[in-house]
Amino acid sequence: MKGNEAIAEAAIAAGCDAYFGYPITPQAELLEWMARRMPEEGRVFVQAESELAAINMALGASAAGARVLVSSSSPGISLMAEAMSYMAGSRLPVVLVNVMRGGPGLGSIGAAQGDYLQATKGHGHGDYRTPVLAPSSIAEAIELVGDAFTLAERYRTPVILLADGILGQAMEPVAPRFRTIARTPADWTLSGAEDRAPRVVKSLHLRPEDLEHHNDTLQAVYADIAAHERRWAGEALEDAEVVLVAYGTAARIARTAVERARDDGLRAGLFRPITLWPFPADELRTAAAGARAVLAVELSAGQLVEDVRLAIEGAVPVFHHGRTGGMVPSPDEVLTATRRAWSVTPMTKEGVR
Amino acid sequence: MTATPEVGPLALRRPAAGDPDAPAAPRTIYRRPALLSTQPTSYCPGCGHGIIHRLVAEVLEEMDVAGRTILVGSVGCSVFAYEYLLLDSVESPHGRAAAVATGVKRVRPDRIVFTYQGDGDLAAIGTAEIVHAAARGERITVIFVNNGIYGMTGGQMAPTTLPGQHTTSSPKGRDVETQGYPLPVTEMLSLLPGVAYAARGSVADAGLIGRTKAMIRRAFDVQVEGHGFAIVEVLSTCPVGWGMTPTEAMDHLAAEVMDAYPGGVFVDRAKGIAPSLPAPSGRPLRASGSEA
Repeated sequence: MKGNEAIAEAAIAAGCDAYFGYPITPQAELLEWMARRMPEEGRVFVQAESELAAINMALGASAAGARVLVSSSSPGISLMAEAMSYMAGSRLPVVLVNVMRGGPGLGSIGAAQGDYLQATKGHGHGDYRTPVLAPSSIAEAIELVGDAFTLAERYRTPVILLADGILGQAMEPVAPRFRTIARTPADWTLSGAEDRAPRVVKSLHLRPEDLEHHNDTLQAVYADIAAHERRWAGEALEDAEVVLVAYGTAARIARTAVERARDDGLRAGLFRPITLWPFPADELRTAAAGARAVLAVELSAGQLVEDVRLAIEGAVPVFHHGRTGGMVPSPDEVLTATRRAWSVTPMTKEGVR
Repeated sequence: MTATPEVGPLALRRPAAGDPDAPAAPRTIYRRPALLSTQPTSYCPGCGHGIIHRLVAEVLEEMDVAGRTILVGSVGCSVFAYEYLLLDSVESPHGRAAAVATGVKRVRPDRIVFTYQGDGDLAAIGTAEIVHAAARGERITVIFVNNGIYGMTGGQMAPTTLPGQHTTSSPKGRDVETQGYPLPVTEMLSLLPGVAYAARGSVADAGLIGRTKAMIRRAFDVQVEGHGFAIVEVLSTCPVGWGMTPTEAMDHLAAEVMDAYPGGVFVDRAKGIAPSLPAPSGRPLRASGSEA
């Protein structure tokens, strides 16, 4: 199964009621899969006239209580920023899949991770956060689609599933663990105010006192998410002298580089954040405490590395290796960068362990 | 014999039982629809929104569907419509109401879904959304309030502003050479097969308000009957934005605005009213191999 198709089918299995999209490479197969499968399941599929319309259809469907998936790729995701801000402000759940491509602008259709900052630091305007889940395999993408719906409904927030062109286009043998996701009871959805007071789903609070109170509520939700939903995976970290930090496709290349480094006697390890927001900062700091260097590997010009530096707080030198534009580093290239990070940093306090 | 004219407060005459002149039992002819909240609106004196809100409230009450109706709000002066119409409501980003309404209606096809949008919202930033919702024949009702100006932001030129009209962003009057022509949205939408009903009303006088109410009723009936997309454009006033008194604004609406935007029913497909697409004139364009 292609990654795009696996994500689509995972959403259907999870109980997605409605899908809205617009064609864009490299996620078009996701839209096409939904075009065929959603009507088969008696569910809603609309190919919108633009990404703007698609995300706003999602806004409406979510307000009406439906479980909604939207997908696009980088330029289309930029168009969705406005409505994502509205949905965050209106506390509307939705799962948005970004199959990232090269940027800026029209960029390329190659795989890239240049939307890291957009996804994690503020997609649209205003004070809000969006949980971001980053799978590094198709099997994990299937798993995270279900988790994304759970998070979206539990916390009443948009959730981003951040993939890239390679994950979307690649085919991997998977023994898919498609799951049905339980629904979180909701007392705010719109169905018509028969026998109850009318409900209003909105983000507008003109009185400064009201908006600050609303923002305080949102911030409390984000603090709750940050406290409880950080996820990461580690490999060979126990004795690592160089800790590589990477997510998604870059993490798979980094894993191979770690294996080759170990074969050569260089003790490298991999720290792989699965939630990019909330970023597992404490966990990374702990994992890297005994290392002499940290190396962020990404398909972007230095975005993930900012969070890595914030997490490490200067305790360990942090290096960066990134390629852009759809160029993907080879494992040997990452291995070279790992060796360089090792060679220019002093030995750990404990000496060579 | 001359009747003595009554002076002082009018007293209710209570005819005796069996009096042939006795009026029928008292009958309420005017009241606040229960769907309208009692709070004062934020609208300026002479603004048409209050009248149009009331018409929507009356229609939904008469149809007895308010309990299964969802309002999709918009951005502009009418952003607070959900404060005044006591309905389940969702806010939409500027211009996106028709897309939001599509999402609501598709997942709740048994509910009545309508948007309430101004001309800046629908005819400028939301042009793509309204055209494609109409093209898809979404079973929604659109109340399109056209006052020819951006009222909320202080009276700037809208796509619907009349040629020569002075606004804060067309201070010398709308110059069609550089600022283009008014956009006749309802006429444009009328050509689309997905549009089941399209009409243009006005709040310029009581008779027109009554006819406009009938249009709004039909636009909701069409949705209930499942025919397709329905839109009622209501020509309205913005005295503050137009730099007029409320009565001057109503006179201006009745004369210049209604001349520029002819009112009536453009489409009612279920009743056989539908304009045809314009045909090209002159010699038809045909590929060389095709039959004449």
